[in-house]
Amino acid sequence: MGSDLPSKVIRRLIINMIEVEKRGHIGPAMSLVEMLHVLYDTFLRYRADEPLWLDRDRLILSKGHGCLALYAILAHKGFFPLNELATFGKANSRMGGHPEWGKVPGVEASTGALGHGLPIGVGMALACRIRKQNYRVVVITGDGELNEGSMWEAAMSAAKHKLSNLTVLVDYNKLQAYGSTSEVLDLEPLADKWRSFGFAVEEVDGHDVIALGSLMSRLPLDPQKPTAVICHTIKGKGIHFAEGAAEWHHKSGLSAEEIAAMYSCLD
Amino acid sequence: MRKVCLDSVHQFAKVDDRIVFIGSDLGHGVLEGMKNEIPERFFMEGISEQHVIGMAAGLAMEGFIPYVNTIATFLTRRCYEQVALDLCLQNLPVRLIANGGGVVYAPLGPTHLAIEDIAIMRVLPHMTVVAPCDADEMRRFMSKSVDWPHPIYIRLAKGGDAVVSKEEYGFEIGKAIMLCNPGEGLFVTTGTMTQLALRAATQLENEGISCGVLHVHTVKPLDYSILAHWLPKVGHVVTVEEHTRIGGLGSAVLEFCNDEMPEQAVKITRIGIPDRFAEQYGSQNSLLAHWGITTDSLCDTMRKQLQKA
Repeated sequence: MGSDLPSKVIRRLIINMIEVEKRGHIGPAMSLVEMLHVLYDTFLRYRADEPLWLDRDRLILSKGHGCLALYAILAHKGFFPLNELATFGKANSRMGGHPEWGKVPGVEASTGALGHGLPIGVGMALACRIRKQNYRVVVITGDGELNEGSMWEAAMSAAKHKLSNLTVLVDYNKLQAYGSTSEVLDLEPLADKWRSFGFAVEEVDGHDVIALGSLMSRLPLDPQKPTAVICHTIKGKGIHFAEGAAEWHHKSGLSAEEIAAMYSCLD
Repeated sequence: MRKVCLDSVHQFAKVDDRIVFIGSDLGHGVLEGMKNEIPERFFMEGISEQHVIGMAAGLAMEGFIPYVNTIATFLTRRCYEQVALDLCLQNLPVRLIANGGGVVYAPLGPTHLAIEDIAIMRVLPHMTVVAPCDADEMRRFMSKSVDWPHPIYIRLAKGGDAVVSKEEYGFEIGKAIMLCNPGEGLFVTTGTMTQLALRAATQLENEGISCGVLHVHTVKPLDYSILAHWLPKVGHVVTVEEHTRIGGLGSAVLEFCNDEMPEQAVKITRIGIPDRFAEQYGSQNSLLAHWGITTDSLCDTMRKQLQKA
């Protein structure tokens, strides 16, 4: 899996951005690609030419360090010109190493510090209910991010309010910056944790676009509960020498050879 | 003051569907009327301040104006990153109603004393910091809070404080109020320390020393124009705050001087809480007296400094 054409296009755009400043959070972006591709192609309602359309679904990338993938898909879908991706990380760019609300069309919240996206998502889902709107809120969290207590505070709140319009996608690539999640701060039993916090839970191969699409077509899983989808992924997916390699969490000073090697993985 | 503040939220919410209230785990029955009348915009979210601030941000990003209420220490220290990033970086109109600013909760010990809240809120870009002096002023402030386009930190005092403000003073966020005009000296105060300064000014007046009281209800944005007007005209300035001497009102006034009129800085003396956690319990007044924040000490300081001048 992971070899479908749209995912390859997104990965190529990510490398294009990395190539500019020879740096970026590579592993965390690559693990997200199929999730974002399926979300934007089959699930989310949006208007790229009207990014603040009131009835749009809200996608919050809580693991803001995965923003290379988000910028790539947003440009690919027409939220802003593709050639703007080449400004990534430059002084006057709208796109920095973590995404900012109000700067990049399609970015729904400023994230980067971990543990912020789910509380904000709960607020947006409640706003939808108060206003009797029909939009849905999707929050993508990293696995290391689930070390943060604020995520579990927000999870309790989401369940209390029965926010069935809220879905959490966990990018469970099982690697955080220092090492494996099981070594740093074990999350298991992760599905049971979400269940015990009041979520309807399913697990899926986060690189299987057909399985992801099928699952998303069934959301919400329970009309009385928020949903958590644990997406089993591979950090650095698609770049074979970066796959499952903690040192590819973030890279700077990449050589031309390394960049070329990354491109060659997509051939 | 707190009752006026919260009742205002309820009153506003009746006529403005953008207003929501979020508490953490407040005393039983708080805003019961709003909860009954407008349950969809009343939230009691539990002891989860990080989440509460993020949730308020999410609501504000959708066009709501959330008023968040809990104890000052928990609304500042526990969720500082959420306040900084979710509210201030995104510049959202969330209002933080902080119970027990200063040493209101003296008997409860240092975990509950908000002695550096003004400092840590003030340094955040976009944040507005307001500390009214009494319930009447709180009412006037609240009516101005709804449409202010930035986050606001609202520092509440103990409650039952003497009313010293007057209707005719009005209230403009960022505009300090000269409660009595300066003579030789000027007290610059915020929150209920204004009452203390007024008493000191009266005491000094009886001794033939004329002192003004400038009530700075908005510590940020600081009213530069009134300071620029009056500082050169007085012999000495004593700032008074129920807050550490580091980073609060006194520091803000010194920063103003440093930026705009450095020659005036020499006439500023700061009265506030020393750089240490409370070593005593007792009452708010006894703790303040322990640190030398009393009417007498204000008078002594002003007297001595004017003599030097």
